Order: sequence, then structure tokens, then C-alpha cells
Amino acid sequence: MSEAKSDDNGIRLTDEEKARRSRRNLAIALAIGGLCALFYLITVFKMGAAILKRSL
Amino acid sequence: MSELGADSRRESLISNADPEDFIALLKPRVMSLVVFTALVGMVVAPGTIHPVIGAITILAIAIGGGASGALNMWYDADIDAVMKRTAGRPIPSGRVKEGEALSFGLFLSVFSVMVLGLATNWLAAGLLAFTIFFYVVIYTMGLKRRTAQNIVIGGAAGALPPVIGWAAVTGSVTIEPMLLFAIIFLWTPPHFWALALVKSDDYGRAGVPMLPNVAGEKNTRLQILLYTLIVVPAGLSPLAFGLGGVAYAIAATIGGAAMLYWAFAILRARDEAALRKACWRMFGGSIAYLFALFAALLVEWAAHLVAPLLAAVLGRLA
Repeated sequence: MSEAKSDDNGIRLTDEEKARRSRRNLAIALAIGGLCALFYLITVFKMGAAILKRSL
Repeated sequence: MSELGADSRRESLISNADPEDFIALLKPRVMSLVVFTALVGMVVAPGTIHPVIGAITILAIAIGGGASGALNMWYDADIDAVMKRTAGRPIPSGRVKEGEALSFGLFLSVFSVMVLGLATNWLAAGLLAFTIFFYVVIYTMGLKRRTAQNIVIGGAAGALPPVIGWAAVTGSVTIEPMLLFAIIFLWTPPHFWALALVKSDDYGRAGVPMLPNVAGEKNTRLQILLYTLIVVPAGLSPLAFGLGGVAYAIAATIGGAAMLYWAFAILRARDEAALRKACWRMFGGSIAYLFALFAALLVEWAAHLVAPLLAAVLGRLA
């Protein structure tokens, strides 16, 4: 009972705050995607043709 | 929980920031100058760099410059709040919390240095790390609130990007990139003191000891002229080392003459209105001057690339 009460008194995000959180989440997702692409590109272009030289 | 308690919890737990606020922390306008000068440092360097690695280099330098801007805004939030020019920044306006800006700046600093090191070499990465350290620790934390020479010494941070660009390509630092460093370093005082002369009330209110507040308006006018008298020959010096061609010579000569004209106009301004006008002209004009010098180097580099192609095409047509 007391838990439910403290829940009721907890912080509720307003619609505006929820929208901002969504936009921040989207930006973080894009940044992580960009990082993956960045490290992929650095790996490929630093290794160059040597990328094919590996024991199979 | 009382309303007040809920309010303070909300204040500390809920972020009000939009992604744009974090972009504003990176000082995009300063970043554009960093990107441009670093790019020129890269293209004038002897040697080649893969275009993709070159683009990643520019990105890393830009992010590193932005990170130091975020750390600067974190540390300076108290003085930004009392200055009109900066009161709307993300932290004083309450959109970004100090802790958010600090962690954002620290993360991007480490990230940008690591990426530059992995993509190019560790000399360039070390120079980027030094630039961030110099801007945040030496300038922002050490000099800015203590001495009127703050921007003279602090200008070194803003002058390093072309050296980083050069080091990324060559793995070394020679006299040529140091000339580009010297131009930006010597350009910084007249540029910012022109702004400080018209904004001295703002700086005075914030307790930042800019030269007009400490040494007086008359002395500042003279010092603007003295630094301009040094930066103009420094602007011509790359010609002696074969760094610039005809376009550069024209830009450095005409631009240098304009800089001297604006500096004398500040020195001789008789009333408040004339001084403000002369200062704004120097502030904007000095940006144009620096841009013209570096743009000339970029144009000459592009012309060297295109000239053989053009000659081949014309040869075929003839």
C-alpha cells in the first residue's frame, strides 16, 4: 500500500519532457550508428588492400 | 513528498535538453573556423592522405574543438549567466545541467583524441589533446579570470588546428605549419580586443579582466594597432617559405592593408559612436582577413590539382 503511494508521488514526465527524451534517444541512436560506421571506415581504409591478406 | 521536494527532485533528475542544446555546447561557429583552418593545414602539407581518412581527421579535430567548447561552457556557466552575449547558452538558460555538459565534454575529448590517433598518428592526436588541455585548463580555468593577457596566451589553442592538420598528414611539425599557427595566434588579440572594447560593460559585470577594463580604452586601442603591425608581416611570411602563391600574396597584401586601416581607425576614433563603428569593422573585417588568407591557400591547392586535368582536356580539344 505504502509502495503504491510512493509510486503515485513519483515524478511523472510531462508530454513535453517525454518528447524531449525521445529526441535525445534518437540522437544517441544516430550517434552510436555513426560510431559503428566510423570505426568500420577507419579499419577498412587503414588496412587497405592488406584486408584481403589473411590465412583462411 | 512536498511540492517543493518534488520540484527539486524533478530539477535534479529530469533533463530538459534537446539534442540541439548539446550541439550548441560544441560552439558550432568556433568549430567552423577550426575545421576550415585544420583542412587548410592538411591540404598544404606535403604528402597524401586517403580522402576518407582525411574526412575522419577533420571530424575528429572538429569534435575535439567542440568538446573543449563544452568544457569551457561548463566551467564558465557562472560568468556566462551575467553576460548578455552568453546568457542564452544552454547551461545558464537551464536547458542543460552542468554535470551533463561536463560528462559530454570529457567523453568527446577522449573520443576525438583516440579516433585521431587511430586514424592518423599519435603526434596529431597528442597535439589535439594538448589543444583541448590548453583551452580548458590553461585558458578557461587559469588565465581568463586572472589576467588581461588571457586571450593573448589563450589564442594558442585556437591557432593549433592547422598544425594538427599538417601533423595528421606528415607525422611531423615543421616551420610552415608554425607560420600558420603564428598568424592565428597574433590575429587573436586585435580581433577579440575590438569586441572587448564595445562589450567592456559586459565583461566588467562578469569580472573578466579584459584589456579595456584593466588597462583602459586608450591603451587597448594602441595595443590593437601594435598587434596588427605584427600580424600583417606574419601574414606575408608564408610567401618566403613557398607556402603561398600569387593568390595568397594578393590576399595577404590587400587584407593586411585593410587590417592596418581598421586598426588606425580604432586608434583615431574621436567619439563613442565612431569607436564602436571602427571596432565592429575590425571585428568582422579580421574574420574576413583570416578567412581570405586560408581560403587563398585552399584555392591555390585546388588549382594545382585541377591545372593538369584542365591542360589534358584542352590538349585533347586542340
